[in-house]
Amino acid sequence: MSAATARRPLPAEALLGVDQVGLEARAAMLASRSIKREAKLFALDLAIRCTDLTSLEGADTPGRVATLCTKAMHPAPLDPTIPPVAAVCVYPALAAVARDHLRCSPVRVAAVATGFPGGQAPFEGRLAEARAAAAVADEIDMVIDRGAFLAGRYGQVADEIAAVKAAVGGRHLKVILETGELGGYDNVRRASWLAMAAGADFIKTSTGKIQPAATLPVAVVMMEAIRDFAWATGRIIGLKPAGGIRTARQAITYLVAVNEVLGDDWLTPERFRLGASSLLNDVLMQIAKEHSGGYQSPDDFSDA
Amino acid sequence: MATSPPTTSATPDAAPAPRPGGGHGAEDRRPAGGRFTYAPAPEATDHLRLRDRYELFIDGQFRPPAAGEHRLSINPATEEPLAEVAEAGPEDVERAVAAAARAFRSWSRLPGGRRGRYLFRLARLIQERQRELAVVESLDGGKPIRESRDVDIPLVAQHFFYHAGWADKLDHAFPGAPWRPLGVCGQVIPWNFPLMMLAWKIAPALATGNTVVLKPAETTPLTALLFAELCQQAGLPDGVVNVVTGGGPVGAQLVRAPGVAKVAFTGSTAVGKEIQRALAGSGKRLSLELGGKAAHVVFDDAPMDQAVEGVINGIYFNQGHVCCAGSRLLLQESMAEPFLRRLTRRMARLRVGDPLDKNTDVGAINSREQLGRITELVASGVAQGARLYQPPCELPSRGFWFPPSLFTDVAPSHRIAREEIFGPVLAVLTFRTPAEAVERANNTRYGLSAGVWTQSGARILWMSQRMRAGVVWANTYNQFDAAAPFGGFRESGFGREGGVQGLAAYVERG
Repeated sequence: MSAATARRPLPAEALLGVDQVGLEARAAMLASRSIKREAKLFALDLAIRCTDLTSLEGADTPGRVATLCTKAMHPAPLDPTIPPVAAVCVYPALAAVARDHLRCSPVRVAAVATGFPGGQAPFEGRLAEARAAAAVADEIDMVIDRGAFLAGRYGQVADEIAAVKAAVGGRHLKVILETGELGGYDNVRRASWLAMAAGADFIKTSTGKIQPAATLPVAVVMMEAIRDFAWATGRIIGLKPAGGIRTARQAITYLVAVNEVLGDDWLTPERFRLGASSLLNDVLMQIAKEHSGGYQSPDDFSDA
Repeated sequence: MATSPPTTSATPDAAPAPRPGGGHGAEDRRPAGGRFTYAPAPEATDHLRLRDRYELFIDGQFRPPAAGEHRLSINPATEEPLAEVAEAGPEDVERAVAAAARAFRSWSRLPGGRRGRYLFRLARLIQERQRELAVVESLDGGKPIRESRDVDIPLVAQHFFYHAGWADKLDHAFPGAPWRPLGVCGQVIPWNFPLMMLAWKIAPALATGNTVVLKPAETTPLTALLFAELCQQAGLPDGVVNVVTGGGPVGAQLVRAPGVAKVAFTGSTAVGKEIQRALAGSGKRLSLELGGKAAHVVFDDAPMDQAVEGVINGIYFNQGHVCCAGSRLLLQESMAEPFLRRLTRRMARLRVGDPLDKNTDVGAINSREQLGRITELVASGVAQGARLYQPPCELPSRGFWFPPSLFTDVAPSHRIAREEIFGPVLAVLTFRTPAEAVERANNTRYGLSAGVWTQSGARILWMSQRMRAGVVWANTYNQFDAAAPFGGFRESGFGREGGVQGLAAYVERG
């Protein structure tokens, strides 16, 4: 851990376990909130502003990234009230393409790094990749070495995060815990504390390459850890659920949870992101439905 | 009528959002934070067909009371009238008991499988009309629709299904000796879970071959009367279920009626004692489910956020109108401060208001009378020196409301630590060791329920063996199941409801 945080012992409650039954019941209760009319429109608009529009395929091309950037800046070109998304998230090799297309827009460039998605490349390589990505991108989404974490080498995981944080300079660092591989909520809470103490600006659930990806209970555990960390250290950390978030309904549920667990101070792209590749059109369709009263054809919204 | 919850964030640490470094265009973004205020989401009521006036349900028919008197049942959230409900007199109670006695002759001789069929039919009818029943339960009693929809009515249906299954297997419930139904059961139920208490009483009585005269609470009679309609719809033989509505005197007449063989009462300890005195020497069987002042014990190794949630559920569920409510929170001193910080913050997020709004967490207090009692006890807590916390929350101007409340600096001798408040009021005490936790938990006249939160399985067993309570919930609270016997001891009553033990309360053996 970094010297700054190592001096301060963790509060006793940092390492408390999580009760699975109670947590999932709480998440189910949050998911049952009924969000209607103006509240729904507020949430849908916010969901767009908080979206990291993502493409992380081996088959990504400059052309595909260019299309993605256009969609990111103008999700619905015919509706001027629709805001741009928060960021476009791509592999480092294509970050420069995204940079070019987003040059005159508020949309930021995020690049995954450190041997995404497995995090199993030699550390020097992962570090070099992060450094290279940081030269182009505004935000770096790094993965932790889950193998090291599960083997109990917490110090190594923390040191690697701190090293990446130093290597990417002032870039905004999102640390992907890949919660689907951590084997339970207790570990999600531990990994969250570890990443935050080691220098993460955001903690992120998943790469999207592993099932299960983001789930509401996992996100709630991470929110509680973020709240506790803010109380213990005064540092504000953001949250990014990613992977498997495809519907407006899901996005609204995450926003409800943020609202009720962290509070509305976190309802901003500075503190909350949704990592998604196919969410945007469902959100647009729901907004159009709220305005017109009926659903439009999926073909009314551009693919990318 | 819906009230907005406090929209101000309860984060004392609310720091300005940090500007992430490195990006351009961050200045274009909207300012940090937004107000996510949930729009009203009322449950539809247009499918309801409440009558203007409900009569007594006696011998399979709705009949006006002999004296012709009725009283209004009102919506406690608005004080608006819902329907006129008959006020039974002594003659009516007699007629109902006589009808039940006549019906007993054939109902008790019916093969168990046939009785089971009626109960299955009732269970399915309850499921079919669950939305309507949930809405009426919330309108008449003030409880949030989320609870009546997700907890009350599903449990009601489960209770009928469960006991329908027992009806033809009772020889296995009571092996080795013959058993007989008791006869006419006089059942008096409270206003906090009107239909659920009806199910807990009627389902086991009918499954075992008894017939019943039920007296619902005067403030919440409507779902019992809708249930009477379901009995008609199910073709239940006349007189097997009778419903007599009215105030306390009706219940007093019912339990004293000579034709009644068994009395089952759920309600206050004071009335329970009165019934027990009245029944002494009468030969009537009696089961009582009375008050409680449950200890909710949280150790310093507990999963904290889930324990907070459990404590919230334990005391603010159904506005605290729960006999097994976890109304005394015993916190291990070493984590009392971080726990209370989370608990008060969570309280500030509770949405108090329109019971029919799907997002409401805490609804209306059941009656003016109950509101007065809560108010008086809370005032005594303040006067005796305890420190009161209530989250900022705007209450509707009409109807009966009380904000979620919490007392710290509570001494075990304070009235708020000893008396059942039956409202959304939590008294917080601390302890140092497990032995002290047990001692404090048991320092009450009641013994209905208790809760314990710890990650140590061994400690859960140790605590549950020592806490004198009919139910001990571990790492959860307010879990109910038709198969699990529920009931208390000491001044919380005797007898069990649910499970095989619950059936035993309705048969004579040997």
